[in-house]
Amino acid sequence: MSLEQFKDRNVGTQNYITMDTGKTPEGSMCKFKQVVKRTFKGELFVGLWVTMKAMLKALFANDMHTVKYPFEKLPISPRYRAIHDMLRLLESGNYRCIGCGLCEKICISNCISMDTRYDEEQRKEVSEYTINFGRCIFCGYCAEVCPELAIVHGPRYENAAEQRAGFSLFEDMLTPIDKLNLQQEYDGFGAISPNADENIKKTPLAY
Amino acid sequence: MEATLVENLPQVTALGVIIKAVIILAVLSALAGFGTFIERKVLAFMQRRLGPMHVGPYGMLQIAADGIKLFTKEDIIPQNANKLIFMIAPIITAATAFIALSAVPVFPDFTVPEFIPLIGGTFVPSIAADINVGILFVLGMMAAGLYGPLLAGMSQANKWGIIGSARTAIQFLSYEVVTGLSILAPIMLVGSLSFVDFNDYQSDGIGSWLIWQQPVAFVLFLIAGFAETNRTPFDLLEHEAEVVSGYATEYSGMRWGMFFIGEYANMITVAIIASVVFLGGYDAEGVLGWLFIIFKIAFFFFLMLWVRASWPHIRPDQLMWFCWKVLMPIALLNILITAIVILV
Repeated sequence: MSLEQFKDRNVGTQNYITMDTGKTPEGSMCKFKQVVKRTFKGELFVGLWVTMKAMLKALFANDMHTVKYPFEKLPISPRYRAIHDMLRLLESGNYRCIGCGLCEKICISNCISMDTRYDEEQRKEVSEYTINFGRCIFCGYCAEVCPELAIVHGPRYENAAEQRAGFSLFEDMLTPIDKLNLQQEYDGFGAISPNADENIKKTPLAY
Repeated sequence: MEATLVENLPQVTALGVIIKAVIILAVLSALAGFGTFIERKVLAFMQRRLGPMHVGPYGMLQIAADGIKLFTKEDIIPQNANKLIFMIAPIITAATAFIALSAVPVFPDFTVPEFIPLIGGTFVPSIAADINVGILFVLGMMAAGLYGPLLAGMSQANKWGIIGSARTAIQFLSYEVVTGLSILAPIMLVGSLSFVDFNDYQSDGIGSWLIWQQPVAFVLFLIAGFAETNRTPFDLLEHEAEVVSGYATEYSGMRWGMFFIGEYANMITVAIIASVVFLGGYDAEGVLGWLFIIFKIAFFFFLMLWVRASWPHIRPDQLMWFCWKVLMPIALLNILITAIVILV
């Protein structure tokens, strides 16, 4: 199944066919005619052909719908909101989070807790950052409010863990430094729209 | 052709018949088990699924897993059930299915090689019991097989079971007359009840198959055969969507398994009868003939699965209406016309 098909949630645009059931026969002659018509119309063979076609297509035209789940996965929407990811800057490899605290402030289930301090160069650094996933409702406000696109929702929806703290530490969510080249930009909530450049207008100087 | 062959054949001994019976039991039980795998696979493909995939290559060993499960499951007998009848009922289904197969030609004649101790040199016949009323015997045994579901449903102190057995009675009353009348016309043409005579009658190639002379009887027999084996358009006895599991509601483990071995053995029997009576049986001599009949049997088996994937099933009252008011008059007309043609 392609991503486009999967994302098509517009019920009604699919090709539904209304069945023409005809009129209910009145009188025994009409009933008899209907029985004869249905007997020799071969509708049963149409049904047989439908299943045979489905089987041939499934076997030889690669139209099998089964997804062997742990081995194969369906593509998920880029707007899917699973376990959070903390992204890094591509150039320097530093984490993008500037410790502004907006995500902690906006979180409606109060599950983000963070602490910051000044490092030796008097720059703000995140000393502690955890998300309590027992409370998180995956609303996406944190990703939407983040000015640096630092906290985003990732694609990891298989979030069973042996401990409560699984996935929830800053280091767990941060892109590993050796996998920086694999880091994906997030397209969902709070991301820059594709036509962001066109929407930028110069601030008028004269009034 | 067959007459000269029979003269040249060695004497059929009791030992040969016993060996044949063991072979039929072993191979047909295994085939019935494999039939469940084939059924699951074909139904899955027709619904664009993969079916069993994890036990062995392409799920081929699924029957082994199923067998282990069935054998090790607890054999539960409900508290208020009539215990004796509850225990006997599945045996009736399985036993009658295999007894019916004793009068049907399965696998070629062969002689056990001499080097095997004790049974070396024994001639093993193609038909375990070559009786001259073969067709009547087989149909009668398959009909007796329905006592299994009937008694099972009534003995288990379960209302779904009662409904299942009531439906068994309805089904039994409906199809039996059609089976008998539909196969009567070919019997009149051939003038014999023996499978060997049917086979010889159609031995002149495809043009001599009885299906061309008796297309109506073929269709009627096929419909009645579906009812006889409880296959989908008529699977009223244990339709899960309506009556939980019908007559098999309280059964578990190998007793439940025996019902299914019986059902699949019956499917194979109906496929064999349809192939021998209407589709020419063994057209060619030797190995090629056996390949032909195996192909025909496989086609009918596949047809049963195919129909199950395609068609909805009907209500019990519709089955009765259909069999008594539509199929029986057509069967009678068919017999009448056949008789007139034979006389004229």
